[in-house]
Amino acid sequence: MSNRVPAITIEEVSYSYGGKAALQDVTLQVPARAITVLFGPAGGGKTTLLRLVNRLNDLVDDTHMSGHIWFDGQDVYAPDVDICELRRRIGMVFALPLPLPGTVRENVLYGPMLARIRDGTRLQHILERSLSQAALWDEVRDRLDSPASKLSGGQQQRLCIARSLALQPEVLLLDEPTSGLDPISTAKVEASLNQLKQDITIVIVPHSVQQGARLADYAAFFLMGELVEQGTRPAMFTAPTDRRTEDYVTGRFG
Amino acid sequence: MNRFVVQRIGFAVLAVAAIAVVLPILLVISAVVARGIAAVDWQFLSAMPREGMKAGGILPAIVGTLLLVAGTALVSIPVGVGGAIYLAEYARDTAFTRAIRLAIVNLASIPSIVYGLFGLGLFVLFLGFGTSILAGSLTLSIMTLPIIVSTAEEALRAVPTEYRTVSASLGGTRWQGIRHIVLPQALPGIITGVILGLLRAAGETAPILFTVAAFYLPHLPRSVSDQTMALPYHLYVISTQVPGMPLEIQYGTALVLLTLALSMNAVATLVRSYFRRRREW
Repeated sequence: MSNRVPAITIEEVSYSYGGKAALQDVTLQVPARAITVLFGPAGGGKTTLLRLVNRLNDLVDDTHMSGHIWFDGQDVYAPDVDICELRRRIGMVFALPLPLPGTVRENVLYGPMLARIRDGTRLQHILERSLSQAALWDEVRDRLDSPASKLSGGQQQRLCIARSLALQPEVLLLDEPTSGLDPISTAKVEASLNQLKQDITIVIVPHSVQQGARLADYAAFFLMGELVEQGTRPAMFTAPTDRRTEDYVTGRFG
Repeated sequence: MNRFVVQRIGFAVLAVAAIAVVLPILLVISAVVARGIAAVDWQFLSAMPREGMKAGGILPAIVGTLLLVAGTALVSIPVGVGGAIYLAEYARDTAFTRAIRLAIVNLASIPSIVYGLFGLGLFVLFLGFGTSILAGSLTLSIMTLPIIVSTAEEALRAVPTEYRTVSASLGGTRWQGIRHIVLPQALPGIITGVILGLLRAAGETAPILFTVAAFYLPHLPRSVSDQTMALPYHLYVISTQVPGMPLEIQYGTALVLLTLALSMNAVATLVRSYFRRRREW
């Protein structure tokens, strides 16, 4: 793809849970400081792959995995890895807005609180910076101490993004973050991501092919657990090599 | 028959059933209040019994019941809530944990007199605590434990899984997620379960029969190895073992015990409904 140092290298990863094969022999390089889009029809393994990167699937039983995932020169599944530290460096935003119970402030500062950051000035700075990066600061600056559940859906989702950004992760994984959001909120989120990619690596599962085409620097097409094709945006969305990719991108199936 | 007529009859039957449920409770309360209210005054609540308990107050019984409830709380809350946290948050679904759950369910169905005999055998005799507040509280704790564990576990399970996932994704350990999010959210349900469990402990006679209850003590208990009087046992004794006991005093004692039980119930219900309104899921 390019000769930038990849932030994450996924090497021959196969994964199954409950006896069902979810990923087959996936090899993918995620370049640093760019937006990589994982797209494809449902059941392709995209969400599964995301959750493998920050080891969120450790919470699930009855799974089997082979292959390696490399981050910052280290195997993410090595026995001596500090999982909590890993998840602070690789943040995740989920498909549904999931505000934690509590105020806007408590939500954003939850991660730093867990990491034992206590200094009030520093916390305030983190609060403002994260909410600004998520394009939410102006809308909530007067209600930092009101319940997060009172925000609109679009605001809640941006709050979740701010919450992940509060830990200043090097990577941000987003799983259909704008599904269920109105077009204006979606546009705001996409604008934030385009801004953020200058500093952090972003991997996103878009909720539509069009969103993928809007955001991608690089893209990978997944079908039934198989990584069919990967490449730069122009290559993938306007001139894909594989017939299946082309069929999906042009809407012949999906 | 016309469908609407059938429906009317059906609703009428259900309404009668509902009334039939409420009626006995109202009758009990009104009967106890009517016959006992005359005896209950500050004297009654704060004085020691005199003249073979036919006069004076029931202070030691009230104090004894409160002490036993406190002792039960001290043991059954940490063990019960701790066990519930383990079962809900840490335990995997294995034969061992299923056996634990089965044991808890069975514990809840043991008749209270059996608990009393068990307490006598283990705490009073084998461990040598003698008839004491210690033995009584431990026996009551074992009886209360299954109630607390099952309601606490249910309260913890009711907290949406998503919160735990979000906490993990922000670098939280499992315990941090429990401590900061899950437990506070489950607390109203846990508190309700604890109050109802302690309510049962306060009102039972059989478990304290052989383990702590005293017929008459000239003074208030001074340590955990002392015996004590207690309301349920006291009521039983003055209603059956004391000839010439004024009816008023019997009903007065019953009224005090009833008030204690109903107010604990009311607190539990208020706690539950208050937090249910404020819940964000």
